[in-house]
Amino acid sequence: MDALYIISAGSLVAITCGLLGCFLILRKMAMVGDAISHAVLPGIVLAFLFSGSRDSVIMLLGAGIIGILTTVLIEFFHKKGNLQTDAAIGVTFTSLFALGVILISIYANEVDLDQDCVLHGEIAYVPLDLWITDSGTILGPRVLYVSGFVLLLILSFIILGYKELYLTTFDPAFATAIGISTVLWHYLLMAAVSLTTVASFESVGAILVVALLIAPPATAYLLTESFPKMLFITAVLGIIVSIMGYYLAAWVDGSIAGAMSTVAGLLFLLAFLFSPSEGLAIKKWRSKEMKTEI
Amino acid sequence: MEDLITFFSFQNPNIRYVTGGSMLLAISSALVGCFTFLKKKALVGDAVAHAVLPGICLAFLLSGTKNPIYLIIGAFITGWLSLLLIDAITRNSKIKEDTAIGLILSVFFGVGILLLTMIQHSGNAAQTGLDSFLFGKAAALVGQDLMIFSVISISLLLGVILFYKEFALISFDEDYAKSIGFPVKRLELVLTTLTVLAVVTGIQAVGVVLMAAMLITPAAAARFWTNRLSIMLLLAAIFGAFSGVSGAYISYVAPSMPTGPWIVMMISVIALVSFFVAPEKGILYKLIRQTKIKKRILNENILKLFYQLGEIDQNFEEQRSVAQIQAKRPIKTPTLITGLNALAYQGFLKKQQDTWKLTDQGQKKGQRIVKLHRLWEVYLTTYLRIAPDHVHEDADNIEHILTPELEARLEALLKYPTSDPHESTIPYHKPINN
Repeated sequence: MDALYIISAGSLVAITCGLLGCFLILRKMAMVGDAISHAVLPGIVLAFLFSGSRDSVIMLLGAGIIGILTTVLIEFFHKKGNLQTDAAIGVTFTSLFALGVILISIYANEVDLDQDCVLHGEIAYVPLDLWITDSGTILGPRVLYVSGFVLLLILSFIILGYKELYLTTFDPAFATAIGISTVLWHYLLMAAVSLTTVASFESVGAILVVALLIAPPATAYLLTESFPKMLFITAVLGIIVSIMGYYLAAWVDGSIAGAMSTVAGLLFLLAFLFSPSEGLAIKKWRSKEMKTEI
Repeated sequence: MEDLITFFSFQNPNIRYVTGGSMLLAISSALVGCFTFLKKKALVGDAVAHAVLPGICLAFLLSGTKNPIYLIIGAFITGWLSLLLIDAITRNSKIKEDTAIGLILSVFFGVGILLLTMIQHSGNAAQTGLDSFLFGKAAALVGQDLMIFSVISISLLLGVILFYKEFALISFDEDYAKSIGFPVKRLELVLTTLTVLAVVTGIQAVGVVLMAAMLITPAAAARFWTNRLSIMLLLAAIFGAFSGVSGAYISYVAPSMPTGPWIVMMISVIALVSFFVAPEKGILYKLIRQTKIKKRILNENILKLFYQLGEIDQNFEEQRSVAQIQAKRPIKTPTLITGLNALAYQGFLKKQQDTWKLTDQGQKKGQRIVKLHRLWEVYLTTYLRIAPDHVHEDADNIEHILTPELEARLEALLKYPTSDPHESTIPYHKPINN
């Protein structure tokens, strides 16, 4: 039962992250996702302090706001300060993360958080944190409900805004011409990424969020040319990563989040080498065959 | 105050180690960071910082000891490997560089976490403290660390001095460097090696996530103050050193405060201040300059309107009301009134109750702007063969920036034309005032 809970929680988070990640990597914003996932730390700490609990809407809200603030700051330094994008990203997220760590050490007694849990998270605790109603009925792990809810939210966001997201990603000039605001959809997407990051934090940690945002979409990108197919493959890869990650972790007795990232990386490596259209090994083999034919 | 004196007397060897170590680390990463910043590869430092973790764990697994030399070698190897992989992925697939960086960063770190937890669960007592590599432990630096840091920092410093010219060239103009036969590939390898070295040592003080800041932020801050590489390096080193010392000082005064994040906080504040107040490039400076230009353009446009109205009525001495001016060109009333008052103050207009008229000086200036506008329209139609109905907007912009020298050349080139493409007379200074 525990295995099922953990794998389901992992899959839910992996699908959510992966779907958003598809848009991020095609918009050349992979590192913005990384930046947000680190920069929301002060938002989380402040939300803890204000609300006094882990599972409140305030926490999602606080971190969501900081997430958007991060992208606003990056844009500001880039546009107004003429700072190159990568440097703007680096300066912004590191200073916010530093602020978060300092806040943690100031309020260490009030905040039940430490750097380790922020960075790696611990999905293994999923089955321990059960949702029990006042009458005593056990409804299963709380994380499942949270990540299920976030997945539904993100899914409806992508389905309802599919046309707008698609156009602002692939043809921003055309999108603007037919009256779709690229700025609005940029910030909506960033809000979605912030929300997902925060919701996934305690279960899988910042680094696995980044791995799930980038690795499955990048793998899917190598396997198909069609965007809807890329979204679908990403979701499937998310589930595979969770299952294989769980068993790898159980086998070597290590962190599940770490094992999931490892599996995600291995799957990318396989696609990188053997993708039918893009694979490096396939390309080499083909050119060799061509030479022998000639 | 007492704390300050105790701290800066450096009597306590522990203070000496922590301060010295933090400073050396900050300086050497700031110097190397300048080059990665200029090469627009600021975030590879972040990737290396995450990628050293599996190397450290593997080194521990293979050697069975926490000997810093082995750990640093392990860290160095996987850090280096991560950069090679990022390069290989971007070169051999449609994956873009930022995606490759994020991918390698998170996967390597994930593998590292897996290995680290495996080691921790194995019950090997020797592993305790291995994860201090992850989060930094600047406050716990001891004499031996300082020795290692000093050696590495000095070799980094020597590396930068030795290859100063070469790095400068490949940072600013790689293609040119290639064309004059520079061994660009090999030099990049040297720079990569120095970057990895800086990250591997720096990470022990500030931790994985914040290491990127040690490389990027001093360079970004310094870049706002200067265009010269040598000064940029010097400033970055000073900023780094200052934040290193102040981070150490803060955690000395308040022992619960983490040194690494405070170093990053200090350098971030320096960067933020630089972004805003640096001359020329600073955001405030640019804002002020923009407002000034906007004001000048507005004032010139108003004078031009006065002159054009004078042309229509054949009377340049007429009093004009706000409504009359707005009928010629819609400018918002408050903006217009501010401009009118400013011009009256400067002596270009004369105010009588709620009407204004041109002074001699104002008429001359208005005339010149109208002349420039029409001259430019002639130039565009005759030399660039642009249709007369397309030249107005461009002339509207250029009339504010043409210098007297260009004006003279334009007049001579066009042989003092008398009318513009729309048949309006081009006013010259002499004929009107006789």
